[in-house]
Amino acid sequence: MDDFVQAFLNLDIISQASPILWRGLWQTLLLAVMVVPLGLIGGVILALLSTAPLRWVRILAAGWVDLFRAIPPLVLLVFLYAGLPFAGLDVGAWGAVAIGFFLNTGAYYGEVLRAGIDSVPRGQTEAARSTGLSQAQTLAFVVLPQAVRNVMPDLISNTVEVVKLTSIASVVALPELLFQARQAQNVTYNASPIVAAAVAYFLLLWPLVRLMSRLENKAMAGRG
Amino acid sequence: MRNAHSSPPIVQAHGLWKRFGALTVLKGVDLEVAEKQLVFIIGPSGSGKSTLLRCLNRLETPDDGAITIDGINLLSPKTDINKARQRIGMVFQSFNLYPHMTARQNVTLALRKVLGRGKEEADIAARHALDRVGLGERMDHFPAQLSGGQQQRVAIARAIALEPRVMLFDEPTSALDPELVGGVLSVMRELRESGMTMVVVSHEMAFARAAADTVIFMADGEKLEEGPPAQIFEQPQHERTRSFIRQIDRH
Repeated sequence: MDDFVQAFLNLDIISQASPILWRGLWQTLLLAVMVVPLGLIGGVILALLSTAPLRWVRILAAGWVDLFRAIPPLVLLVFLYAGLPFAGLDVGAWGAVAIGFFLNTGAYYGEVLRAGIDSVPRGQTEAARSTGLSQAQTLAFVVLPQAVRNVMPDLISNTVEVVKLTSIASVVALPELLFQARQAQNVTYNASPIVAAAVAYFLLLWPLVRLMSRLENKAMAGRG
Repeated sequence: MRNAHSSPPIVQAHGLWKRFGALTVLKGVDLEVAEKQLVFIIGPSGSGKSTLLRCLNRLETPDDGAITIDGINLLSPKTDINKARQRIGMVFQSFNLYPHMTARQNVTLALRKVLGRGKEEADIAARHALDRVGLGERMDHFPAQLSGGQQQRVAIARAIALEPRVMLFDEPTSALDPELVGGVLSVMRELRESGMTMVVVSHEMAFARAAADTVIFMADGEKLEEGPPAQIFEQPQHERTRSFIRQIDRH
């Protein structure tokens, strides 16, 4: 038991590593605050494109979804960071993360939002249009608010995954939480910093997970 | 026929054709409604009566024909359809209230976003419209907190708040429990008495007898018969009208 505590729950080592762990946590928070809104914006754009009246626009949207759900986000990120400069386009580490998450996370959010839009009855649009609201106004004030509410648990679930996925930013030299924890592990030959990182992730995401469960239960009750 | 000769009909539809794939739903239907008239359309399901109504605010676009409402050519590509629809109110079978908004917000949305009214002005208009349908006290209720009949009355308030020139009713009481039908019909009667031009698709024959100026019988995408209620209900000319009215009266 002592060995286990020594190896995984060593408070001395965690406190030694805490400065870089804090820095990593801060970096992770910055990344999350950037990529979640970017992904949501991408998702809204994608959902709107995939409900557009023009066929080729819908095909374009379907292509975006297929492509960026099939490419591993890590590969996409490495390509954007290390590959684009060869094409004369150096977007930097933050730029690569921003573009990569916009494309990848946007594809997932987009699919969720599209399902939400599909769940809003056609009569809602007809009622809104019959009062003279334009198509854009109908989307903004009538369809999207209901769509978002209908898929809120899925949006939160997706957000939790996205925050965890920010750990891949370390491959483009953005030292986020997990990267710093592994650095600390390498220096101290001890796994406790990794456990500390896990606890940090848990504390960060647990409220979201709880909220998701509550919304799901509420939705079930509402259906019954 | 009141006002039949004083002004051109406010609704003029000529030769409307509508196909959905292989199915032809409207086969050259004409419709004229004079100002302040109530035209009532009856017919078996699949007769095209709802499609005809939905063409009148271009929720459906006819494949052929012409529609003029209040002097506006509804089918011209140059017509701003959003602007035209402000003058054409519509009430649906399934109410279609916005569930995420209160009764008041349901009414004010178009007032603010379409007519550009300020919040206070829109609230006053909403209060007035909701009072008119007897729901001023329920302004801040959400649709889920209202009965079906109350929801339909809010939907009527939403439409009349825009002060339309014509109101279209697409089976407004078909989704209601019988005890809630009366409240909606009495609101419609009040509207009619206030001089609103109305086109109603419905199975409420007693209402048609009492309130309609003209009754139209449709079957298979065609207008088979048209006349004052007394004539259509008491002396129908067409065999299909006769059998339809017999069937409905049995209920």
